[in-house]
Amino acid sequence: MNTAVAHGHGPAHPPTSTGQTSYKLGFWVFLGSETLFFGSLIGTYMTYKNESVVGPFPHEILDIPLTTISTFVLLMSSLAMVLALDAVQRGSRKGALTWIMATAGLGATFLGFQAYEFTHFYHAGLTLQTNLFGSSFFVLTGFHGAHVTIGVIWLLALWLDALKGKLPPSRAETLEVAGLYWHFVDIVWIVIFTLIYLLM
Amino acid sequence: MTEHSQGAHVHGGITMNTHAEAHAHSHPSWKTYVMIGAVLTIVTAIEVAIFYIPALEPVLVPVLLALSAAKFFLVVFYYMHLKFDNPIFSRVFFSPMVLALVVVVGLIILFKVIPPGWVAG
Repeated sequence: MNTAVAHGHGPAHPPTSTGQTSYKLGFWVFLGSETLFFGSLIGTYMTYKNESVVGPFPHEILDIPLTTISTFVLLMSSLAMVLALDAVQRGSRKGALTWIMATAGLGATFLGFQAYEFTHFYHAGLTLQTNLFGSSFFVLTGFHGAHVTIGVIWLLALWLDALKGKLPPSRAETLEVAGLYWHFVDIVWIVIFTLIYLLM
Repeated sequence: MTEHSQGAHVHGGITMNTHAEAHAHSHPSWKTYVMIGAVLTIVTAIEVAIFYIPALEPVLVPVLLALSAAKFFLVVFYYMHLKFDNPIFSRVFFSPMVLALVVVVGLIILFKVIPPGWVAG
């Protein structure tokens, strides 16, 4: 099999039977496995819902207005992400730098909200060991927060690439795959916000 | 023509698009992205408003699940481009997602719907 197709700019992949790059297809397979990962955590939370025998209970501690704002922040980060991809595809370095940093910044802001929430819950007496709600809540939202953290680091690395001029349109797929990860983190939060917060 | 919209190449009978072309096809414009962002914001505001209206409590679960699903699919189809990309991406993503959904619903039925001790008889 030929290993490369050199056409002037950027790296090339060998041909595949699907006509799609293995990088993108492989990443979609990874995201498919992630649905099972978060599905198991959400299923565990739903199983233990209303089974705690000691407080604090969800209705006593969950802050809907605060979480609504953090949800809005994460949704807007997804918008910034697609605008970053659009900028890279158009060859706009300035647009790429602006929107990639905006996405990372909004992601970091979301993490700030989560850190505040976790700290508040800890001071209110809810820990990983307190009750079934605490265990399943912290594991689910903690893993989601870890995913957001990885996404922010990934985006900052891509921002540095863009700063050095190493993110031309021919490498747009690199940012597109990072975007897929970011949007996935967003859709997981869409589900968490509804099931854990609004349907408490 | 932009740098990223150049042609396809044939290797061993298989057509292989350049990276750039793969990205250029049929993705929405930035205006569509902004419009989707506005819709996502409005739907989230509606969800929270419904949460605070006591009269809507009987229909809270189905309405919130429907609105959440709408947001989910808007992001997946437009921001993640599944509406425009090769169907194979949809298959490899939605197949395990359906399995995950079956697991969640199965757990809820086993632990929340079936009475304790019913299986053991």
